[in-house]
Order: sequence, then C-alpha cells, then structure tokens
Amino acid sequence: MIGNFVGVVFDGVAYGSLLFVISIGLSVTMGLMNFVNLAHGAFAMVGGYAAVVMMTRFGVPFLATLPVAFVVSALVGAVLERLLYRRLYRASHLDQVLFSIGLVFMSIAGATYVFGSQQQPVQLPAFLRGQVHLLGLDLGSYRLFLIAIVIAITLILTWLVERTRFGAAIRASVDNQQASAGLGIDVYRVFSLTFALGSGLAGLGGGLGIDVLGLDPTFPLKYMVYFLLVVAVGGAGTIKGPLIAALILGVFDVAGKYYVPQIGSFVIYVVMVAMLLAFPRGVLGKRG
Amino acid sequence: MRYSFMTTRRGFLSALAASAAALSLPRLAWAAEPLKIGLILPLTGPFASTGRQIEAACRLYIARNGDTVAGRKVELIVKDDTGSPETTKRIAQELIVQNKVDILAGFGLTPLALATAPLATEAKVPMVVMAAATSIIPTRSPFIVRVSMTLPQITQPMAEWALKNNIKRVVTLVADYGPGLDAEKTFVKRFTEGGGTIVESIRSPLQNPDFAPFLQRVKDAKPDALFVFVPSGQGTAVMKQFAERGLGEAGIKLIGTGDVVDDDILDAMGEPTLGVITSFHYSAAHPSAENKAYVEAFMKANNGMRPNFMSVGGYDGMHMIYEAEKKTGGSSDGEKIVAAMKGMSWVSPRGPMSIDPTTRDVVQDVYIRKVEKKDGHYWSIEFDKLEKVKDPSS
Repeated sequence: MIGNFVGVVFDGVAYGSLLFVISIGLSVTMGLMNFVNLAHGAFAMVGGYAAVVMMTRFGVPFLATLPVAFVVSALVGAVLERLLYRRLYRASHLDQVLFSIGLVFMSIAGATYVFGSQQQPVQLPAFLRGQVHLLGLDLGSYRLFLIAIVIAITLILTWLVERTRFGAAIRASVDNQQASAGLGIDVYRVFSLTFALGSGLAGLGGGLGIDVLGLDPTFPLKYMVYFLLVVAVGGAGTIKGPLIAALILGVFDVAGKYYVPQIGSFVIYVVMVAMLLAFPRGVLGKRG
Repeated sequence: MRYSFMTTRRGFLSALAASAAALSLPRLAWAAEPLKIGLILPLTGPFASTGRQIEAACRLYIARNGDTVAGRKVELIVKDDTGSPETTKRIAQELIVQNKVDILAGFGLTPLALATAPLATEAKVPMVVMAAATSIIPTRSPFIVRVSMTLPQITQPMAEWALKNNIKRVVTLVADYGPGLDAEKTFVKRFTEGGGTIVESIRSPLQNPDFAPFLQRVKDAKPDALFVFVPSGQGTAVMKQFAERGLGEAGIKLIGTGDVVDDDILDAMGEPTLGVITSFHYSAAHPSAENKAYVEAFMKANNGMRPNFMSVGGYDGMHMIYEAEKKTGGSSDGEKIVAAMKGMSWVSPRGPMSIDPTTRDVVQDVYIRKVEKKDGHYWSIEFDKLEKVKDPSS
C-alpha cells in the first residue's frame, strides 16, 4: 500500500516535470513579455518533429536530438517574433489570442501536410527504457530522466533570470520599457531573445514529451489546456510558481487516475479550481 | 460550301438528324454508359490514413482487374469528406444528383455512413460501406452492403479465445467513446457468460496524455490479461507503458482487437508491440497466395506503404461491385445490384468471406494473431481462427 503510494507520487512528479518543461516557456513569454501566446504548443510541436526527423531520417541518437529540438524551435520562434509577434506587443489581449490561435491552426494544417496525421515514433536508448529497481520500488528510467532534466532546467533558468545581466535586462524591460530603453537596453533585442528562449524550451519539452504524450499534428491544441493550467495555477512570470503548480497537478492527476479511475481525468480540474480560489494570482504570481 | 450547307434549312435539319442518330447509336450498339462509382473518404484530417488506404486499394483493384466490367468503363470519382458527416452527406447528394453515380462507396466512420443512409434509400443507389464498423449500419437502409467488419464481430472472438486458453481474470481498459464502450460491452458479456471474471473495467478519457496510472492500477490488480481498446494512435502509448512498467514480466497478457496493431503503423510502433495478442479479420501477414500477391502489388504501387484492414475493405468493396455488375449484365438498377450482392461469397486477401443475404453484412473468418518480428519487420502472425463469424448482435 505504502509502496503503491510512493510509486504514484513518483509517477506524478515525473508527469508534472514533463508538464513543467513544456509549459515553462509559456510562463516566460506570458509573464515576462505580457503576451498571451496560445501558439506555444506549436513551438513544442516543432521541437518534437525536429527530434523525430533527426532520429528517423538521419539516425541521430535520441539524446543528441534534444539540443536540436531546442535550437530549431528557438530559431522558428525568433523568426516569427521578428515577423509577426512584434507587431502585436501593444495590441489588446484579445487580438493576441486571436492571432496566436490562428497560428495554431496553421501549424496543425502545415504539420499534417508535411508529416501526415499519424503518431510519430520515437526510439529511446536502452538505458532510458524499462524500470530500475530502487529501494524495493520499480521506477521508470525515462521518468527518472525527466525529473533530472527538470532539476537542471530550473537551476539554469533561475540563474539566468535572477543572476545574470541578461536576466536583469529582461526584468527591467518588462517593468518599464521606456525607462529601460532610456538606460540603453535594447528592449526589442531582449524581447527577441526571451521569446526565442521560451520557444526553445517548448521545443525541448516537445522532444522530451514524444515518448509520454505522443506527437501528431493536433498536439498544440490537445495539450493547450495543460500549458494554460500550469501557468494559470503557478502564476506567469516566475519559474518556481509553474514548477510547484506542475508538480501538484501532475501528482493529483496520476493519483486521481490510479485511485479513482472513474473520475480520474476530472481531478486535475478540481485541483485547478481549488488552487485558483486559494491563490487567484497563481501560487507565486506577479500578475493577475 | 460547308457554311452554306449548314445555313440552308434542309441542310440544318439533316445535320441535326444525323447527329441525333450518332448520339443514339452507341446506346444501341453497346448499351453501356460508364459505371460511375462515387468514393467518399476522409482524405485529410485525423482519419486521413483510412482514406489513403482505401483509395489505394480501390485503384489497385482496377489496375489489376481492368477498368471495364460487363462492357462498362469504370469511372471512380474520389471525394474527400474530411471525416465530417455533413460534408459526407452533401458530397453524396452532389454525386447522386449531378454526377449520377451508380454506386456510392467508402464511408470511413459510423456517423458518415449514417448521415448518407437516407439518401441511398431515397435515390435507390447501392451504398458499399468499406470501413465504418458499428453493428447497426446496414439496418439503416436496404441499399447498404458492408464489406469491412463490425466491432462486435472482431471483439467477441477475443473473449472466446481467452476463455479457451486459461485466461480467467481480465481487466478491460477502453477509451471512453462509442466504439470503446461497444468493445467493452461485447467483451465483458461474452467473457462473463463463458465463466470468466472481469476484475475491473477502466475507461480512459479520450484525450488522455498519460496511461501510466491506469496501467499501474492494472499491474497491481494482477489479472491474467488486459483487454485494450483505444483509438488508433493511443495504442502505441498503451503498449509502451505496458512494456515499460513490466506488466508482461508480471505475467499479464495484453489482448485486444487488431486495430491497436494496425499494419499501416505496426513497423513504426516497433518493439513494444511484440507479443501482443489480438483478434482481427485481416493481417498483412495472412498466409495465402492471394494475400501475398496483394501485399506485394499494394506496396509496389504505393511507395512501400503496407496495406492494412482498411485497404481490404476498399479492395473487397470493388470486387463485390465488379461481380455484381457481371451478374446483372451491367445494370444501373440499384435494387438489382444489391440483390446480386446478397449472398455473394469469394476469397479475399483476408481469407474467405461472404455477404449475409438477410442482413447485407459481412461474414468472415476472424483470426487470433500475435505480433512477431520477421526479417526486421513487425507482423501480426495468425495462429488460430474462428470461421464464418457473423455480427453477434444480428
């Protein structure tokens, strides 16, 4: 019984970790740049497809495709930011939502045209498959790997935003664009880089997620609710907020499905409502 | 001189008479207008693979058997309904009214077939169902004839096989949608009637990102087998988690219907499918000369794409249309064509099959298969079968 419980918590934390990797980019763009980017999942999908193409067409091993997924999504993000997103920074949130949802549908049609509507395969290296037996528990190797990745990403991002000059520039640009520009910060360049970073993280999440979430052209729409959930509950603009939110949601989702499968998929939404009532601005949110 | 001929009244009249005679001549001489078949399939959208397989199979049938039958030239009019019922209905109407098709065919999903059924009845146009698998479909119009399969037809044999092979306790895991619930109902009914125990019936939400918790629950319940029915695409996730969590090592068998190991994507799914036992009416590895030739020709004509169960629906549908035309001497009369199809039997790449003369539904052998790796590819190898299975609800 206790063993079951620990297993459920472990699976939940791993699932939450994956949600976090995919959603953190959205927290960055939405919280720091104040842009409601519903097309976030499209960038995750770009990363996923980049990883799959590298694997199936060029025989690149799985781990090596992850940086590629990050870079490709970041580049696509940077290009789109320059061409499209930049025009809408000052637009109303409704315009941003309409624009980005349009991008979602275009990305779905585009992916269907290029890759077809089927699920894409992923070949994990042997050491990430199966389970490891630890202290009498069976733990999925890939899930352990996901948790490790999340710890690394959290540390790097926190350091980047809170300790570096670039992080300071982001925070300054967000708080007051005019003053920042007056102080010699190239606000547009900062936003470009931030957007590319957010997109890249999405792409990384897309690549990591293929094994658990699958990858097909409807990806951006199918998981949009989850990205938004994590950012809404966690509070946009922070790194720890979405981390805590993703872990809580992951654990409750898995526990709900395990203990009460009849209503399992519903539990996550109950948790969301309860948490939003308790913390309307998100667990550690800066903005409403 | 030509102009003056046409401009005189007598000249004009005689020209008119001559051309009228010329027009009526072919009718008398060959009595054959082209045989127009309106093929409505989802060729884009989430069910595009269904349409792709069926269209390829229909074209292959024509390529292998000639494009004339009973003296009529076969004209295939292919339309994309994107998988939405309103579109299917609109296209069917256009095909009937404008293109004056002799036969409607295709129908990738149940709602698409149901939406078109009243039109077939009204226009007295035979409607050959090549994919949709809900039991009730042929009851919706006397002009519907089905060559694909029904869900209970291929599900029940799995329960039969489990009962005979010392599987006593089963957990079912189905996606929470129409076909999933039907599969659960059929399996649970037959299995418990035969003395088996259903430990638990789990329904996973249709939009399900992670099967891990459900499968952990299954593992802890320690059944003899897990029966799975999920939409195409989710099967991979289930089988992967099944393998990763060591359910197989814990002595649990993974059983289900053959669509979870769809031949079209079986190779891409790869290793996690090994050892999965399914019941189905078609495997690309079916050991017969007809099938071997079929698979070879299909893959050659389609850039290496492996034919799946959808494809044989298309292929056999075309076969049934050809044979009905031969039997009726090239008729365009819907009632005669359907009458010719009733009771027809033939050997398909899938094996022997026939059309039940009363229900107009398919009767066929259902095979029990296991996924194995041969020559670097994954195949569902048949090792047992139930002969002449009808839809159990009919």
